[in-house]
Amino acid sequence: MTPLLSAEGITVRYGSLAALDGVDLRIMPGQRHALIGPNGAGKTTLLDVLGGSTRAGRGRVLLAGRDVTRLGPAARARRGVGRIHQRPAVWSTLTVRQNVLVAALPRAVRPGRWHPSARRRAAARTADALLARVGLTEIAAIPAGHLAHGQRRQVEIAMGLAGRPRLLLLDEPAAGLSAVEVGWLMEFLRTLPRAVAVLLVEHRLDLVYALCDTVTVLRDGRTLATGTPAEIRASGPVREAYAEGVA
Amino acid sequence: MRRGAVRALRRGVAALVVVALVLAPWTVDDYTVALLARTLALGLVAVSVALLTGVAGLPTLGQTAPYAAGAYASAVVGSHLSDVGLVHLAVAAAAGAALAAVTVPLVVSARGVVLLMITLAVGELAVTVVGRWRSVTGGTDGLAGVAASRPLWGLPVLATDRARYVYTLVVVAALVGVVLLVLRTRVGLLLRAGRDDEARLRASGHRVPAHVAGVHVAAGAVAGAAGSLLVVAQQFVSPADFGFDTSALLLLGVVIGGTASVGGALVGAALVVAARDWLFGVLPGQAPLVLGLAFVAAVYLLPDGGRRPRVRGRLLPAVPARRPAPESPTPTGVRA
Repeated sequence: MTPLLSAEGITVRYGSLAALDGVDLRIMPGQRHALIGPNGAGKTTLLDVLGGSTRAGRGRVLLAGRDVTRLGPAARARRGVGRIHQRPAVWSTLTVRQNVLVAALPRAVRPGRWHPSARRRAAARTADALLARVGLTEIAAIPAGHLAHGQRRQVEIAMGLAGRPRLLLLDEPAAGLSAVEVGWLMEFLRTLPRAVAVLLVEHRLDLVYALCDTVTVLRDGRTLATGTPAEIRASGPVREAYAEGVA
Repeated sequence: MRRGAVRALRRGVAALVVVALVLAPWTVDDYTVALLARTLALGLVAVSVALLTGVAGLPTLGQTAPYAAGAYASAVVGSHLSDVGLVHLAVAAAAGAALAAVTVPLVVSARGVVLLMITLAVGELAVTVVGRWRSVTGGTDGLAGVAASRPLWGLPVLATDRARYVYTLVVVAALVGVVLLVLRTRVGLLLRAGRDDEARLRASGHRVPAHVAGVHVAAGAVAGAAGSLLVVAQQFVSPADFGFDTSALLLLGVVIGGTASVGGALVGAALVVAARDWLFGVLPGQAPLVLGLAFVAAVYLLPDGGRRPRVRGRLLPAVPARRPAPESPTPTGVRA
């Protein structure tokens, strides 16, 4: 089976510092894959490379077998790579609904319907459905800049899904959320359809072990181990290198 | 409640301004009417500046370039080909859009202060070209005695200051209406989203360079049409109409009027032109200094609500870190 996403020998250097040094990663369709590691391990840099916002010095990225190494973030998004940022990135002067609608526009083309208004109507339907799903319908008309952190996170998740992604890159989605909001997030991610694969960078290991079927551990820009949550928990080198906190 | 009151106040002021503009030709002298017509033309250029700077977050000091292209194209066509204002407008808008399209490769990747400097250079270059291309533009002497035009085929020639003012007012109202309508569509949403967070727009799959190119060309067309109105209003055009002081006045007017407000840009431009003309009398030779200070004060003292420009990239240099930060990656498409 062709992996949905395959990263081969990804290397990113900043001067003499290797943020990533020959990292390989494979994500199968529908897989829940976590990326963990101590601060500075290169997790966010790897997400940036996979999302297209950072170019790797060496290595290549394949999406469903096609080389997308040289494509930027917009082209990758149009091919089904969605991104949720560590700090919720919303358009603050647009309303909640407009945020999701704009995010839905690029992939909202209905087959056989080329008229711009048909596209906008399709995007609006997607936006309304997603707002209902994340529970933001009642505040849809409020500018996103007025929202609290947790609500912005909800908006950004809706925006990420509005692009109908095949792969969702989540960068520490639980950061800054309250216990109740983390519970909501966990439940929401658990019920995501399997048509959407997930690559999750997260420090909260309870979330990682509850949601993901595969875990990759990075340290100092290199892959330390990849396996199931049980294997990672049991791995001696991983426990040594990354903490008592891994288990 | 407070927001509702502000909105009501804005609508009230807008209604008063519209009524005053409509009644002006019958309540003030011819000199003032001619001055108002020229101010309206400049206000339309300010609308194009607001479209770029306020709505799209792309600060500009170069809208005088398409303004000049439109004015000279209109004057040349008016002198040699047609006396129909609609033709002049179309030609001027096309000239402004074409000039903006030519400069798109220069501006499409630049942001913040770099974009401001590039557009300033484009504006200055345009003034230099029209000053030296004597065979077409009349050089620094300009083109004098441009024949009066008629709005449409079969209509009388605009022979009085009042007629020229009414024509200018109708065209400005129509074009501002078109701009406002377009901004209510998804085009407006995309421009504002790009201004708020361009990287997020890219990450959602939008072709941001196409948006930037499109808004530059559209703003160029609006500024070009304003050039045609300038020629109608003063029947004369020279490089002095398009210098750096005009660019600075436009930006100041847009900042005062509210960068993201198209109507505010018109009002702001009118206020700034009125202040400039008044200052010329009160403080001879010091008007540019006073307006410059007013610009700094407007940016730093006026409340944030739409006045302080929200732009893509930085307008001011970052405060240096105490310790040198590690070299950061260059995100694709995120430009300084």
